[in-house]
Amino acid sequence: MTSPLQQKIKVIGPIVVTANRLGDGAVVYRTFNGGWSADITHAEVVNTAAAATKMLTEAIADDVSAVGAYIAPVMLSPEGAPLPGNLREHIRMNGPTVAVPTEIGI
Amino acid sequence: MPLVKNGQITHDQFVFVSDESPISDSGPVVVSAARFLTDPESLLRRNANTGVLWPNNRKISELAPYLDRLGLVALVFPNFRDGRAYSQARLLRERYGYRGELRATGQILRDQFLFLLRAGFDTLDVLKEADVPAMADVLRRYSVFYQPTGDGRLTAAQARLSQHQTYSGIGR
Amino acid sequence: MYIYDDLDRKLLAERVSEFGDQVRRRLSGELTEDEFKSLRLMNGIYLQLHAYMLRVAIPYGTLSAEQMRGLAHVARRYDRGYGHFTTRQNIQFNWIKLEELPNAMADLARVGLHGMQTSGNCVRNITTDQWAGVAVDEIEDPRIWGEIVRQYTTLHPEFSFLPRKFKIAITAAKNDRAAIKVHDIGLRLYKNDAGETGFEVAAGGGLGRTPFIAKVIKPFLRKRDVLSYIEAILRVYNQYGRRDNIYKARIKILVHDLGAEAFAREVEQEWQSIKDGMLALEPAAIAAIAARFHYPRYETLIDNPIELTQARAADKSFERWFKNSTSRHKMPGYAIVTLSLKPRGEPPGDATADQMDAIADLAERYSVGEIRVGHEQNLVFPHVRQRDLPELWRALDAVNLATPNVGLVSDIIACPGLDYCSLANTRSIPVAQDLTKRLGGLEFAEKLGRLHINISGCINACGHHHVGHIGILGVEKNGEEFYQVTIGGRADEEAELGALIGPAVPESEIGDVVEDIVAAYLELRERPNELFIDTVKRVGIEPFKERTYATR
Repeated sequence: MTSPLQQKIKVIGPIVVTANRLGDGAVVYRTFNGGWSADITHAEVVNTAAAATKMLTEAIADDVSAVGAYIAPVMLSPEGAPLPGNLREHIRMNGPTVAVPTEIGI
Repeated sequence: MPLVKNGQITHDQFVFVSDESPISDSGPVVVSAARFLTDPESLLRRNANTGVLWPNNRKISELAPYLDRLGLVALVFPNFRDGRAYSQARLLRERYGYRGELRATGQILRDQFLFLLRAGFDTLDVLKEADVPAMADVLRRYSVFYQPTGDGRLTAAQARLSQHQTYSGIGR
Repeated sequence: MYIYDDLDRKLLAERVSEFGDQVRRRLSGELTEDEFKSLRLMNGIYLQLHAYMLRVAIPYGTLSAEQMRGLAHVARRYDRGYGHFTTRQNIQFNWIKLEELPNAMADLARVGLHGMQTSGNCVRNITTDQWAGVAVDEIEDPRIWGEIVRQYTTLHPEFSFLPRKFKIAITAAKNDRAAIKVHDIGLRLYKNDAGETGFEVAAGGGLGRTPFIAKVIKPFLRKRDVLSYIEAILRVYNQYGRRDNIYKARIKILVHDLGAEAFAREVEQEWQSIKDGMLALEPAAIAAIAARFHYPRYETLIDNPIELTQARAADKSFERWFKNSTSRHKMPGYAIVTLSLKPRGEPPGDATADQMDAIADLAERYSVGEIRVGHEQNLVFPHVRQRDLPELWRALDAVNLATPNVGLVSDIIACPGLDYCSLANTRSIPVAQDLTKRLGGLEFAEKLGRLHINISGCINACGHHHVGHIGILGVEKNGEEFYQVTIGGRADEEAELGALIGPAVPESEIGDVVEDIVAAYLELRERPNELFIDTVKRVGIEPFKERTYATR
């Protein structure tokens, strides 16, 4: 298994570190104080490879809290709050883009 | 890394000797496969047990001529996900009739103990000290085995057949 | 169906207890994720985009009504009220919590179900024909062999850490409904010229990044030898399969690199040493497994009873469903019924907990309590009295399970794609939904005839796009979803890989491209009953390419 740390970390634009919470798998983001939050607006946003590497290293070391940590691009709202930077991250935050069967009803 | 046999931590009497170091005539030693095959006969003539550390990408059949004189074969799990040495172990025990110590080395974790014993290993170089006391529990956990190996455990199929015979016997 | 005995139940309980202990050690931090990952995978647990996913095996595709209720219970109690049937006779739950998984597993074990070996680098769920035991074109029930191989491969001490996953499929019919040629081992039961029944063994098939059709390595294998021969294959693979590159680790690469003949020789040599050993299957051992399969006591009935013929004449909708969704049964007066999990505009292969419960009830009333799961992601009632068909149809229709589109263009096979899957590059479900809306009008779909569309959201090919008559593969380009199209693939006894017909197109155009291909087919076909796949075979891909891509 290749750890994300073994790959060269390139950072162009703002990024966050995200993972899934160990106990229930919920999508979480690395926060300023070295914790995790399910709310992306609490995520720490950095812009350099050095800062990203540091944050990712600490996040991976904390694998009893969250699993599969990696770097994800974000966009910033006019107020500066992070928002998902690509379709995958959008889906992780908001759920499937299709109605799930229980919503359709039978 | 504690060496475990029969669920107990045991003293490792073998000393691994690197390819560059000289080998004394006494005392049990383990050497690399390459060194062993360079001159097996003189190694096996020593006054003490000789063992070999066999890599998992080399044919185990090469060892066949020497097995009755080897004191130890150590097989390697570079990480627990690499299962090649399970095949080597079964071949050693079940095809080539090796009876000496068969040791699992490398990343040996609790969740592999049962598979290792079923494949024919009798000593385990256990990576985490904390896994050793769990061994008895781990080995007790399973009582049903679907497939035969050389370990002699009764398989489900054998149990069914003997049950069946017993039932029909009672029936009559 | 196979009924677990005490030993099967005990092993399952032992496995559940082991897994509970593993989860506990993981949650306490005793196990790292790296150590835990392959343990959870061997119990069918993935980490997906939104949550953990649990894959439950439906061995050789057979479920009892009670088991279906067990699945409904898990969907409701531990998930979000639905599940997804896959192309390998499994069901996946998408929103499961690791903390609750030991309980979910224990609940499943109570009905004889589990996630054992539905993932990881071990031998996966043994799959077979969803019509096993009732098909008119089979020589015997392949599930007995499915169960024998299932037991042999479950928790195998030597083969639980193979270079990569390993899939085995079995068919005993003339028409291959189990896609055996795209499996690591494909077993075909047949009768040889001497009148003896045995297996043709093919190996090295598979899709994914490097697709191959399996090659026959043993034209005839006696039944008694099936386990020893599989052991020989697995042992050769375990020792020589590549472990340095995950993309080259499947047995298909080994078979390809060595050449099928050389590979067959290696296997043969290994097999000669073990064929008369402890894996040789004695008739009593086979009989002991066969005896655990319970078959319905069929009534003496006649074909085309009055209830059926009257309903067919009276109701066009019923007639359409009857023609499309029922198949000939080996017993007179019975029918095989396919329940479409592909209602137009909805995610292929999904079923809600309420539907599962309804299916269980209907199976008890109309199918001797038995349900099957096929690789096309539909369900089957294998033992329906023909006279019950009109009633059953109305009941199925009430729960949205009677869409008469089986085998038609809207019966799309699709992986979950980027809406759920962490490996996916693009979405699959919205493409499927869009295509069924465009092409899935029943009259139009019937006019097209049999046409299989398969969609995968990435190169791993869980939607089997290589063997779709029309195959769609999602690829990501600069953060945008693009789709590549192949045509001419098929997964049956004449299995073939589709050929690429043009460059990838953006998501906004994929619907148009498929519509153009379908229009080209209508133009090119010789007669109304020449199937799409036969037209492609006859004219090649060029005319399709021209008509579809010339103006793009």
